[in-house]
Amino acid sequence: MLKRVHFPSSVLPFLLVAPQIIVTVVFFLWPAAQAIYQSFLIEDAFGLSTEFVWFENFELLFADAHYLDSFWRTLFFSAAVALLSMSVALILAGFADRIVRGATAYRTLLIWPYAVAPVLAGALWVFMFNPTLGIFPYFLDMLGVDWNHYLNGSQAMALVIFAAAWKQIAYNFLFYLAAMQSIPLSLIEAAAIDGAGPVRRFKDFVFPLISPTTFFLLVINAVYAFFDTFGIIHAITQGGPANSTTILVYKVFNDGFVGLDLGGSAAQSVILMFLVIIMTVVQFRYVERKVEY
Amino acid sequence: MVENRPLLTFISHLVLILGVVIVALPIWITFVAATHDAVRMTQAPIPLLPGAHFWQNFKDTLFGSGLSSSAGAPVWRMLLNSLVMALLIASGKIVISLLSAFAIVYFKFPFRMGFFWMIFITLMLPVEVRILPTFEVVANLGMLNSYWGLSVPLIASATATFMFRQVFLTIPDEMLESARIDGAGPMRFFWDILIPLSRTNIAALFVILFIFGWNQYLWPLLITTDSDMTTIVMSIKEMLEVAEQSPQWHIVMMTALLAMIPPVFVVIGMQKLFVQGLTETDK
Amino acid sequence: MASITLKDLVKAYGDTEVLHHIDGQIADGEFVVIVGPSGCGKSTLLRMIAGLETVTGGDIQIADQVVNDLEPADRDIAMVFQNYALYPHMTVRENMAYGLKIRRISKAEINRRVEEAADILEIRPYLERKPRQLSGGQRQRVAMGRAIVRDPQVFLFDEPLSNLDAKLRVQMRLEIRKLQQKLGVTSIYVTHDQVEAMTLGDRLMVLNGGYVEQFGTPIELYDRPQSMFVGGFIGSPAMNFLPADADGATITLANGTTLAGEVRAGAVTMGIRPEHLIRSEAGPVRLKVQMMEQLGANTLLHGVLEGTQTEMVASLPGHVTAELGAVLSFEAAAETLHFFAPDTQKRIE
Repeated sequence: MLKRVHFPSSVLPFLLVAPQIIVTVVFFLWPAAQAIYQSFLIEDAFGLSTEFVWFENFELLFADAHYLDSFWRTLFFSAAVALLSMSVALILAGFADRIVRGATAYRTLLIWPYAVAPVLAGALWVFMFNPTLGIFPYFLDMLGVDWNHYLNGSQAMALVIFAAAWKQIAYNFLFYLAAMQSIPLSLIEAAAIDGAGPVRRFKDFVFPLISPTTFFLLVINAVYAFFDTFGIIHAITQGGPANSTTILVYKVFNDGFVGLDLGGSAAQSVILMFLVIIMTVVQFRYVERKVEY
Repeated sequence: MVENRPLLTFISHLVLILGVVIVALPIWITFVAATHDAVRMTQAPIPLLPGAHFWQNFKDTLFGSGLSSSAGAPVWRMLLNSLVMALLIASGKIVISLLSAFAIVYFKFPFRMGFFWMIFITLMLPVEVRILPTFEVVANLGMLNSYWGLSVPLIASATATFMFRQVFLTIPDEMLESARIDGAGPMRFFWDILIPLSRTNIAALFVILFIFGWNQYLWPLLITTDSDMTTIVMSIKEMLEVAEQSPQWHIVMMTALLAMIPPVFVVIGMQKLFVQGLTETDK
Repeated sequence: MASITLKDLVKAYGDTEVLHHIDGQIADGEFVVIVGPSGCGKSTLLRMIAGLETVTGGDIQIADQVVNDLEPADRDIAMVFQNYALYPHMTVRENMAYGLKIRRISKAEINRRVEEAADILEIRPYLERKPRQLSGGQRQRVAMGRAIVRDPQVFLFDEPLSNLDAKLRVQMRLEIRKLQQKLGVTSIYVTHDQVEAMTLGDRLMVLNGGYVEQFGTPIELYDRPQSMFVGGFIGSPAMNFLPADADGATITLANGTTLAGEVRAGAVTMGIRPEHLIRSEAGPVRLKVQMMEQLGANTLLHGVLEGTQTEMVASLPGHVTAELGAVLSFEAAAETLHFFAPDTQKRIE
């Protein structure tokens, strides 16, 4: 943590941390405190007076079927995004790890969706699935599927999951590939001499050995699906149709900036903060565990 | 490879090529759409092979007013805004994180751990969960519609601070001892020894943070109302809405292409640094 | 005039005292080696003199000035580190010049001093290279060069040779000694290697568990070790220690054999160096051979004192062969016998 040899205390270290601390206090801690404070307030319909109501906003939220729906929807969305993008990435990494020549070329071709902004990813996918022009509805029509994510809630959900998972494949692929490449070759060779074929080796050795990475990616993907997919949803469905793609982050934005329900939005923010704290703690527990290896 | 199985190698390549196709398809379709004229882009099915209007669309998009029916800023202006924002965020995060990591690792001072935890907490407060109050703070400070408003609220960074802390901890103690015997004070040591020794880490982090900054969406959306401050990434959403009314997909997709070229170029051009940055910041 | 005085020096980390009341006088131009096993506090002592560790109690004086609270840079010292601590991003020239640059010495003067030092150390051809392009021995020289250009009052060496291979170590050892004699700068050198200590030092300070066991010339340490620790630490193979009983004129070993020796009556531990055991048919010290090491110039016989479990070693010149299990008899000159008190482990005069 601290160097064995260090500089003595003076005013200098305070000056050094000052910029970071000022930005943190002004733009992080103060707004977070505000959110917590506001979550205890209810404003009347005309915004003329506010009342301190303790946990009423939270009670209202948890009594609100829309909010609960959004909560479960978010869980489903996160699980689907994580599962889809991690399994594609795992398969690709598994094959890329086998290849001696050209592995870097594949890596180059696979990683760049990471650089595409979520809202752009949304734009790309909404264009491909545009009901009148898009290439996929055209082919789906041949198969007898009538695609219109503007009307069909399940199709809308599927589309945002595709777009969100697509963008995250790159990240998962990189971490899986790195994890596989860090397995000592001698171990895999020993398994081969014991008579285990490639599939068996993957199942019995590679997959268990990279399980810490899987766990780590699970948390990272959950955080990503929870918080970084706002742009995708905003571009593709704007939460619709009929709230079928309104996940929690989207709802905070919608209720706060569009619906101007300050107390309710603040209460939602507080719940989200609570969720991030849990995920961060889980992630750090993982880091600690990894250190012990 | 452990054993030589030509069939398996063949399948491996096949699967990977399939993966590349899936990953690349959306971009390919975007690129193709950006090479056709407006008329062709209203006919289903849309083309899968490039057309001849790439340069025309490129010029129209970059120097024209973007979409004919939107009164937005010219696209080059948005690109400039994005560039300034991304550079400010990336360099701001790096500078303040380097300084605070230096203080935390190399100085013993009161409240050291308190500051450390304060920085740590920012990890738990993504902008999405505190948008309204943060917006109010920025509005009260008069930072709406400015580059400062776009960048400063995003530059506190626990991950960058942690990464530099990690990097500094791996630098041998003897470097500092030797520098002290040579008569270097703290800031001299920071400039002459620490910064040069962390060069590649700084570069790797810069790549990641540039992409992070460039791709910001929700925050710029909230605090810019002046079309002169619009960023390219933000503009896409607006264009999509317009495109629903009067389809001009060739311009929308060209804009999307322009919006993703800088960060994609950074990732591919600096792949090694990018991979290093990604794996280091998340550990 | 840069003598160094350590007065009642104490170092503690929290409640744990690691250096206990160290006293010592180092004359101007003297080469002193601090030697001891790992963890004895020798590096801590050196780092306190350098100013890299704070002083808990007592005083450090350099050139009659108390330097306890001076920054390392203000003590007019130079230090050579175990891993050399060369700045990896600077060339050899920049590495050597860095301290001078900070002291705002003119460019011309810096270049003159760097090149002069480079000539002494024969590293002139490498001046524009980075440390990673150099071999271990060359890096070692650069580290020395960095110390020399500063023209300090004191050189401090922290196990500077331990990262070199055996052959290079012997060569650099001689060069360091020659260099120090040429420059005449007061030097303190820390090592755990007793051969290095014996060959380099004008005087040796033997540290053990944070205490000074003995501070003297190599020959004093060899001839008159003040404690069993020094006796065992200095000299190779290590001194044999045999439990014995004394009555003032004769010594009785554990297996009953006796030899003449004048020491106070009572239980003693007798120390005798392997190379001081002389073959003698009727000798009192009887070694049962268990293993032999033929080193060419001499032969080491490992075994036990006959009839006991006390292990001992004899070193005989030339080629000697003995059957395993054979019992050989030795005698020793009276002046090569050392006696220690079994309880305090200190020398009995």
